[in-house]
Amino acid sequence: MVISIASGKGGTGKTSVAVSLALSLDSCQLLDCDVEEPNASLFLKPLITGKTFVNVLEPWIDESKCSHCRACAEICVYHAIAVFEKNVFLLPQLCHGCGGCILVCPEKAIAEGRRSIGVIETGTSNSIAFIQGILNVGEHMATPVIREMKRFIKEDMHVIIDSPPGTSCPMIEGIKGSDFVLLVTEPTPFGLNDLKLAGDVVRELKIPLGVLINCDGIGDNRVREYCQDENIPLLLSIPWSRAIAEAYSRGIPAVEARPDLKENFRSLFRGIMSLAERKRDYDVQLGARR
Amino acid sequence: MKQLTVISGKGGTGKTTVTAAFAHLAINPVIADCDVDAADLHLLLSPKLIKQEPFYGTRLASIDIERCSRCGICEEICRFRAIHGLQVDNTSCEGCEVCAYICPEKAISLKERLSGYWFVSDTKEGPMVHAKLGIAAENSGKLVSLVRQAAKDLAETEKKDIILIDGPPGIGCPVIASIGGVDLVLAVTEPTLSGLHDLKRILEVTNHFHIPAMVCVNKYDINPENTRTIESYCEKNGIPIAGRIPYDPAVTKAMMNVLSVAEYPCGQVTEEVKNTWRKVEEYLFRYSCDAQKIQ
Repeated sequence: MVISIASGKGGTGKTSVAVSLALSLDSCQLLDCDVEEPNASLFLKPLITGKTFVNVLEPWIDESKCSHCRACAEICVYHAIAVFEKNVFLLPQLCHGCGGCILVCPEKAIAEGRRSIGVIETGTSNSIAFIQGILNVGEHMATPVIREMKRFIKEDMHVIIDSPPGTSCPMIEGIKGSDFVLLVTEPTPFGLNDLKLAGDVVRELKIPLGVLINCDGIGDNRVREYCQDENIPLLLSIPWSRAIAEAYSRGIPAVEARPDLKENFRSLFRGIMSLAERKRDYDVQLGARR
Repeated sequence: MKQLTVISGKGGTGKTTVTAAFAHLAINPVIADCDVDAADLHLLLSPKLIKQEPFYGTRLASIDIERCSRCGICEEICRFRAIHGLQVDNTSCEGCEVCAYICPEKAISLKERLSGYWFVSDTKEGPMVHAKLGIAAENSGKLVSLVRQAAKDLAETEKKDIILIDGPPGIGCPVIASIGGVDLVLAVTEPTLSGLHDLKRILEVTNHFHIPAMVCVNKYDINPENTRTIESYCEKNGIPIAGRIPYDPAVTKAMMNVLSVAEYPCGQVTEEVKNTWRKVEEYLFRYSCDAQKIQ
């Protein structure tokens, strides 16, 4: 059972919810997939025991073998290789690692090199198996790190993914393959607008979804109305409280500042389980009918 | 003409709130919303659409089933694991064309993919360039570059003095596209451990690309001790503090009334945002005036 915690708008409380949910379960895996700005470790203070570097393919060009035929520059749609009369230039930041240049080079002058763009750390915090990805500063592409992190998923455990914000590549890579996506939002015009965008993405990927309203009470009722109109289950709302906000600022998870919330998170989890199972049954039925 | 990008590393620290207020305070600006994933600035500036243009992202591989001999070479060669049998996974394909090159039957071609739209609009504060990324479309960095180029062209033809860029969260591709070549980055942060952690990373990014930065601490009174930690970190690293903005629920009220905090009465918040803008403006324009005098 893989549950992704996502949101269109940043700062709505994804990490806070992911951490609190993880702490409310007996045991689980937590993957912090917000590799550009991973924060879950600030709350869980895990003991890190393993490190894996994430490498992407980078062409290594042997200029002595190069005949300057330009085949590599022509196949590269990312313009990462430029060939002049007697020189070849590689712009590693533009390279997506498709391997096209290696394939086309008639002189076999390009070898398959590797470049590290980030690291995956594994460890434990209480009963939580913790995994976080960290993108190196200055690197463009977060998706290869997130893709690699998914290999650490243990299917027989409850898995919680703290997804990157937004609605584009990193967020999609984060939630892809999940059994359920919980969208965290706040009851404001910005929150609503970005909830709609993120909801569209989740539906496009055909993953069942639900909503959690965080900082309830600071805005209006439009998020609730939207969920009703669109038939999106509203699974939990957490009122804004200065105590939770201050605890958050010091790296204290909401369920530790307010232990009574643990029961709310447990019932949230039960709600998610039953919705995800309903979808699974429906898919099985659909498959049988076909 | 100057360019300022407002970023934060961590999301939800108040980038858009600050940018909208700056749009009101700036004289003669062009506004660019480069958070194309989850654009919100239009909710405060109520733009009137002038022009809409399609955005084509990376192309998408498409398999001609009639020609395909099911040899499986494409699936094997694809580094993005985007081909499964006869299916191309739209969200994984990066349009590299390697499959089309390798296919012995020439059964694969690359198709244009409509990945969103970008717009030029009129607002009460000045012209605005913004965009909407298609559902589950990729390549937001390329769309950011498009928005910035359009804003630059507009600023040049209409003789505008400054481009105000609302940036995305994070440190990756769209952020790098939003800050490349700007005159100043304003990093809006909050006094939380996450805010501080993410601020450090985003300042490493601006440093990496040699872009001058200033910092503004939003909701500073939520944790005054962390605010002091942030400020002393900035001091140590030679990064000027542009402002401290207190927490006030009136900020959300301003948003609901479709007004920036520079227009809606938010007490101390309004005052502090104005002071922040003064410092940013001084940095951007005083140095250039000095340079002009020397010339």
